[in-house]
Amino acid sequence: MADLSKLMPGETVLLQGNEALARGALEAGVAFCAAYPGNPSSEILESLADSAAGAGIYAEWSVNEKVALESAAAAAYTGLRAMASMKQNGVNVAQDFICNLTISGSGPGGLVLITCDDPSGISSTNEQDARFIARLADLPLLEPATPAEAMAMIKFAFELSEEIQNLVVLRSLSRLSHTRAGIVPGPLPQTRPKPYWDPKVNHATMPVVPLHAKMHEKLARAGRLMAAAGFNSYEGPQKPELLIIASGSSVLYAAEALQLLKAEDKAGILKLGATWPLPEELILDHLAKCGRVLFAEEVDPFLENEIKALYAQNAGRLGAKAFFGKATGHLAAIGENTPGRLAAAMARILGLEWRTVDEAYAKRSAELLAKLVPPREFGFCPGCPHRASYWAIKQTLAVDGRQGLVSGDIGCYTLGVLPTGFRRVNSVHCMGSGLGISNGLGQLGRFGFDQPVVSVVGDSTFYHSALPALVNARWNQSDYVLCVLDNSATAMTGFQPHPGTGRTATGQPGKQVAVESVCQALGLPYAIVDPYDLAATQEALYDALQQGGGVRVLIFRRLCALVQGRQGGHPYRMRVDAEACRGENCGCNRFCSRVFRCPGLTFDQAGGAAVIDEVTCVGCGVCAQICPAGAILAEPRKEAAA
Amino acid sequence: MNPAAKLYAEPLDIIITGVGGQGNVLASQVLGRALLKLGYGVTVGETFGLSQRGGAVMSMVRVVSQGVMGPLVPENRATAILSLEPLEALRVLGAYGHPQVVVLTNDRPLMPVNVIAGANRYPDMADLQAVLAELSSRLYWLPATDVALELGNPILANVVMLGALAASGLLPLGLPELEAALAEMFPPAKMEANRQALARGAALLA
Repeated sequence: MADLSKLMPGETVLLQGNEALARGALEAGVAFCAAYPGNPSSEILESLADSAAGAGIYAEWSVNEKVALESAAAAAYTGLRAMASMKQNGVNVAQDFICNLTISGSGPGGLVLITCDDPSGISSTNEQDARFIARLADLPLLEPATPAEAMAMIKFAFELSEEIQNLVVLRSLSRLSHTRAGIVPGPLPQTRPKPYWDPKVNHATMPVVPLHAKMHEKLARAGRLMAAAGFNSYEGPQKPELLIIASGSSVLYAAEALQLLKAEDKAGILKLGATWPLPEELILDHLAKCGRVLFAEEVDPFLENEIKALYAQNAGRLGAKAFFGKATGHLAAIGENTPGRLAAAMARILGLEWRTVDEAYAKRSAELLAKLVPPREFGFCPGCPHRASYWAIKQTLAVDGRQGLVSGDIGCYTLGVLPTGFRRVNSVHCMGSGLGISNGLGQLGRFGFDQPVVSVVGDSTFYHSALPALVNARWNQSDYVLCVLDNSATAMTGFQPHPGTGRTATGQPGKQVAVESVCQALGLPYAIVDPYDLAATQEALYDALQQGGGVRVLIFRRLCALVQGRQGGHPYRMRVDAEACRGENCGCNRFCSRVFRCPGLTFDQAGGAAVIDEVTCVGCGVCAQICPAGAILAEPRKEAAA
Repeated sequence: MNPAAKLYAEPLDIIITGVGGQGNVLASQVLGRALLKLGYGVTVGETFGLSQRGGAVMSMVRVVSQGVMGPLVPENRATAILSLEPLEALRVLGAYGHPQVVVLTNDRPLMPVNVIAGANRYPDMADLQAVLAELSSRLYWLPATDVALELGNPILANVVMLGALAASGLLPLGLPELEAALAEMFPPAKMEANRQALARGAALLA
């Protein structure tokens, strides 16, 4: 990312939503920023880290989201403006702290939590709506619609937090975080307070009940300030046939849908940017003017349900209304909104004709696509060490023959559930939960359970949340093999550093915490293997499986292939010996392409032999080890750095 | 600043698609920066979740004379599709195509792993080209990867395609504006290759 402190105030620049949030925070005078990487939120802290020296702020990749928010809260207690950013899943990790922080309050420095939700799970294991945290913990909630509004809102969020001395939640969405638009930066502040925490002041949650009451007062006060902040507005006819209440990216989709339908004179859009607590007066005012209401929001029917509850309180004077949205099936309860989906819903309610394209074209293109277009599966990159790791795990468990199980975790290697990982992963949930699952399985021997158990975890996830489960397993002597797939990067989210890399967010040297040093401290037996060496890896895993009795650790260590690519590439030029490859006549049933599934190793139907795709193959050399005929050759690349 | 030239369409909606790792997001940023500089309202929506893991990726560059567009091109409303991989051009046409859409595609296939594994078939190239022509008003079927390989690096195919786009008459700009945007993102040492890629791409339409 770029150093955002160098942008010229007043000069329009194309910024991503996440960069707009980061620049807005800098303009608000943020001093302390912490986060754990997770798409679609990662670029916020990345760009703040790259701006840290220029702006004189502190930016850290924390070990997880809870530690990130706790650290930011500490800075806020000393009077500094502070923030933590995370994806929707991260809010769950931080939730325990949030639900107590809201009782203690956040102190004199503004404290903001940014959650980047991911409708349709574009880069997530779920499409959870993290707005629940605002209701659960009685926190003010802001939902920007555009990158420019995101920048304005985060500045307001810091002011609001200082005003009520509580955490403020800002919710972004994939389509906002990863959208670029022209942004006009403002000036950066020149001064910031000296941090100080008066030792006579406590920030604690007791006495609970009076502080709970205070929390409600804070939220009510926030509601008044938010109503006056200008983030909620109405555009449309005085008395519309349909009122659309929209938040986030759906505001723009709704406006475009109305244009597509040429129905701007029939329906109006009540855009809500400051959504919790509900701007009740404004909403009731508009409900009074219209008999039909459509809710446009992602993912859960958050506004839909809350506004219907508000309506119920006022139904006597408002009279009958018809509400449309996820509850009525006019909009899908799953997946993201689009202009077309909203246009279809509006057309249905208003009784208008709506077609995205000429019917004959739609029919013909659907026909041709069904006939010609195969899916494009996600898969490990060419040269990815995870492909080799799962190959070794698959082969070894097959040789072991006791129907071994593999519990998976969160990272690139989650794709082990797919064919690219030979579907060798039996469970995946949240960060670190693979070790918990293995921990449970590893205690079932007493009931006659006799399947060996393997847990796979990536290096970054290991530090994020695997440690408590590992300590638990050591303590209670759970019987499993932990394979740490250590590619020395948080690869899935953009190669951010973690404790094992020994570098910090700003690229400075930190103190390295190596996986093996943790194993040593816990007294765990461990070995380090190179997954590119299939035979040695399989042998080490086989031995570990046979040992039994408590946790044993294998560290599969090999740099992420994409990082290796940037650092001079891989050592080999791969080639298929056309004489040696017997193709369909080999008896291997195209083992290399059918099973190994590397994008760089294809099968030439016409020539009847395996062939290396020169554009895609990176030259890792692993496939040379799997060909039963020895037809795949790894020849040292002359210019390569080994 | 008001833009000088009238747009080919209002909004001008260009979808850039391809496979993760082909430089799709970079191409959309270059285009977005160049258009923003000319005073247009630009929105670039990027979809790249699992992009580097071999999946299909898509960026949407939306351009208007004034104002702000949402990040998503409405279904079946793309002005043009710029594809770094031919199969992906057809995939995107299904969702965003219409009889007037213009398609520019690299002719170099990248085999999905499921095709490599023999679970699915990649369409015959002649069929693919014919279908893309049938479902669009104009098709440019371009050897962008071949050109990039001649220039020494297959990753340049995205810049070759941008050069072709600039020569297609769809954009209110030419190669110098794209080159200036590239220069903001690349060190000077990499600019000669980018300049050549743009020029060779534009020449493909000559």
